[in-house]
Amino acid sequence: MSGLQFFWFLLIGVLFSGYFFFEGFDYGVGMAVQTLAHNEDEKDQIVATIGPVWDGNEVWLLTAGGAMFASFPYWYASLFSGYYLILFVVLFGLIIRGVSFEFRHKVPLKQKQRWNWTLSIGSFIVPFFLGVMFISMVKGMPIDAQGNMTATFGDYFNLFSIVGGVAVVLLTYLHGLNYIALKTEGAVRQRARNYAQFLYWVLYAGLVVFAVLLFFETDFFKLHAVATLALVVALVVLTVVAHVASFKGTELVAFLASGISLVVVVALLFQGLFPRVLISSISPKYDLLIKTASSSPYTLKVMSIVAITLVPFVLAYTAWAYYIFRKRIKQPVVVGEK
Amino acid sequence: MSIVTLARFQFAMTTIFHFFFVPFSIGTVLIVAILETCYVVTKNEQYKQLTKFWGNIMLLSFAVGVVTGIIQEFQFGMNWSDYSRFVGDIFGAPLAIEALLAFFMESTFLGLWMFTWDRVSKKLHLLFIWLVVVGSMASALWILAANSFMQHPVGYVIRHGRAEMVNFFAVITNAQFFYEYGHVITGAITMGGIIVAGLSAFQLLKKDKLEKTTVALYKKTVRLGLVISLVGSISVMGVGDLQMKALIKEQPMKFAAMEGAYKDSGDPAAWTLIGWANEAKHEEVFGIKIPYMLSILSYDKLSGSVKGMDSANKALIKKYGKRNYYPMVNMMFWSFRVMAGFGALMFLVSALGLFFTRKKKAILYEHKWMLWILGMMTFTPFIANTCGWLITELGRYPWTVYGLFTIKQSVSPNVSATSLIISNTVYFLLFTTLAATMVSLVIRELKKGPEYEEQQLQLANQASVDPFDKGAF
Ligand code: HDD
Ligand code: HEM
Ligand code: HEM
Repeated sequence: MSGLQFFWFLLIGVLFSGYFFFEGFDYGVGMAVQTLAHNEDEKDQIVATIGPVWDGNEVWLLTAGGAMFASFPYWYASLFSGYYLILFVVLFGLIIRGVSFEFRHKVPLKQKQRWNWTLSIGSFIVPFFLGVMFISMVKGMPIDAQGNMTATFGDYFNLFSIVGGVAVVLLTYLHGLNYIALKTEGAVRQRARNYAQFLYWVLYAGLVVFAVLLFFETDFFKLHAVATLALVVALVVLTVVAHVASFKGTELVAFLASGISLVVVVALLFQGLFPRVLISSISPKYDLLIKTASSSPYTLKVMSIVAITLVPFVLAYTAWAYYIFRKRIKQPVVVGEK
Repeated sequence: MSIVTLARFQFAMTTIFHFFFVPFSIGTVLIVAILETCYVVTKNEQYKQLTKFWGNIMLLSFAVGVVTGIIQEFQFGMNWSDYSRFVGDIFGAPLAIEALLAFFMESTFLGLWMFTWDRVSKKLHLLFIWLVVVGSMASALWILAANSFMQHPVGYVIRHGRAEMVNFFAVITNAQFFYEYGHVITGAITMGGIIVAGLSAFQLLKKDKLEKTTVALYKKTVRLGLVISLVGSISVMGVGDLQMKALIKEQPMKFAAMEGAYKDSGDPAAWTLIGWANEAKHEEVFGIKIPYMLSILSYDKLSGSVKGMDSANKALIKKYGKRNYYPMVNMMFWSFRVMAGFGALMFLVSALGLFFTRKKKAILYEHKWMLWILGMMTFTPFIANTCGWLITELGRYPWTVYGLFTIKQSVSPNVSATSLIISNTVYFLLFTTLAATMVSLVIRELKKGPEYEEQQLQLANQASVDPFDKGAF
């Protein structure tokens, strides 16, 4: 494995981390529209917290996908074709939620509820099915010598992958609640905190189940015992930090902690995969490796130059956008037909 | 049905749908930026109303453009995995750069633009929309660089059973790429102009029921739209002509199919205005021909012959081995005529429209039939753009990467027909719903008119609807 290959494996991990950190709370906020708000005004208030930034956040996913295509085409090809229907459902979710931001705001009031629902359901579908995908991926899937996955229903959906899907939904939901608490004022802010304080108890239980399944269902603890253990511990610690912060009302800390815990989940999965990118349950011979799944050194070099030049700009103006929208959202005074 | 056919159908359906909104967004965002520039320069509040009004329509197009774009990004891996393995080394790079360079910019600054009307200085706000213009045009740049590689591969070697990049610079200075980019962008700009002029014309049909000020606003945008579509349509025809000439050398089969010519032409070559081919027998059923015309179109002079499909076929068999190289001839032939025909029509309508709306004698607004024609023009760029892509992509048959990799080799072998039928069906239903909603919402925005928002604000006795309050961090 060359240094460049390792760098790109890391970078893909970073991009997925960025995706879950940023778009994670968008999903939580989206789910909260139908589960947290009590009336239409509160829904508008909640949506307004991510109105200006959700699309930029989604680009993290597109970049992660594009970068995977460019740097590990065999990984991209096997993963995306192997999870065809799962990703199709993810796309469906992304579409129905993506249009609802614009539509719910422009349709007549009678139809608004419809697009509130698509927003919430879409925001639920995406993290759930991505969770299922990533968890079953690290468990190992039937991949043949050509790198083609021919899996059956049970390979995609089993206890471990479903627990994984639920865990990701829960993590993003909590991340969203912390974000709402940070970015709103009034009744919604208090309610978001109450919800979070309660749901963290559920998450503890979920994490225990997840850790046990991780031990039995993957080879992580055999291959990288120290790193795996450290990251699981970090996950628990961050959860406690977020929980306590939520009680104490230090909302920024809670938000950062829940965001970083999503990053830790990605880190956990990526370090477990290393030095593979896909695990074959048929035979270790068929594993896709960082060494063999990547693009040519020339392409990796070109892409490295591009990434190193462009990423700082992207980060800078993203940060600036968040700075401009740093204010809390008050209860909206809505103008127009109601 | 075979998985190749299903995957092709799905690709065609999703990209065509995506490309209804792509040039719509690129074109209208440019117009919105121009309108806002007028506002900042003249400080005339009318321009602000127009900016917001057309901005709302642009945002609807953007919303659907964005969500359908995500499908595109994923489906190379999902439906064309062997293709992705073969070209990923080259093709992935522009796609990743597009996301990094263009999509982040487009979406971040659009978000800033939408929500900072009353929060930042006018100049900064104007900068936001221009950055969206730059972002959307840059995204077209990179995706077309990728597409151009498929049409005309350069800067690669075949190694380890795949195409590996050896010269990034060659990939992004591909001649095909300059033509494609020029043609697509000018096509998008034309579309923006035609849509704005056309939708304004529809509103002016009911001008007796509208306020005087509103009518004046729509008249402004008719003229603005027409100026833009005039410039755009001249350029799109100019670049199209260059593309045509390049094809004679680069993809003679595509060129011959667009002209419906099976046999080599005589010298000078006659041009078929309309015709029909029997694709099974590889022969022309009928054709109405204009002498000399094809020589003029191809070489700008009164002599010169062009190869027909039969000799192109022979040459391809010799070079690449035996298989069927004939594309869907009638589709190519007619798509080309519709695209170029509408291009000429757009030019004509823009020129005449400007003439008949001139200050001294603006008779266009007095004649309902003229407004109707201008209004109906709104639909033509959608059709012209789709036809253009059908030519480009169907004419590449049987290749995905010209001369290197075929469509049959490209498809994901492990995705079943059942999966494809499910996704095709759901996409179809979803797109129908989205399109219907989108159209109804555009009509709704049009009905509200450009002065709606201000009236509402006055009713509520407020200066703005800024929801932001105290600092959160
Ligand atoms: C000539 C221009 C052009 C072409 C040929 C395509 N697109 Fe596109 N695409 C755009 C021009 C564009 C755009 C103007 O930049 C869009 C449309 C509306 C928008 O918001 O951005 C967009 C949106 C868009 C998005 C969403 C971006 C976001 O979230 O902001 C993705 C992922 C793609 N596209 C990907 C693709 C892929 C993989 C294509 C190849 C089949 C493709 N597009 C064809
Ligand atoms: C948005 C505008 C586009 C439209 C409307 C469009 C249209 C089409 C159509 C109709 C097909 C099916 C052709 C067939 O049945 O053989 C096709 C195929 C394909 N196109 Fe495009 N295309 C567009 C842009 C692109 C771009 C930008 C790329 C690459 C970056 C691309 C890559 C492909 C691939 C991989 C196939 C599948 C292989 C094939 O069937 O030829 N297309 N496209
Ligand atoms: C008389 C005018 C026109 C001529 C001579 C012309 C010519 C062409 C040619 C030769 C191609 C195929 C290029 C290739 O496969 O490499 C093409 C493609 C295309 N055309 Fe046109 N065209 C004209 C007008 C228009 C108009 C008015 C529009 C839309 C508003 C349009 C949109 C497109 C698009 C989107 C493509 C596919 C992308 C590309 O290959 O550039 N064209 N055109």
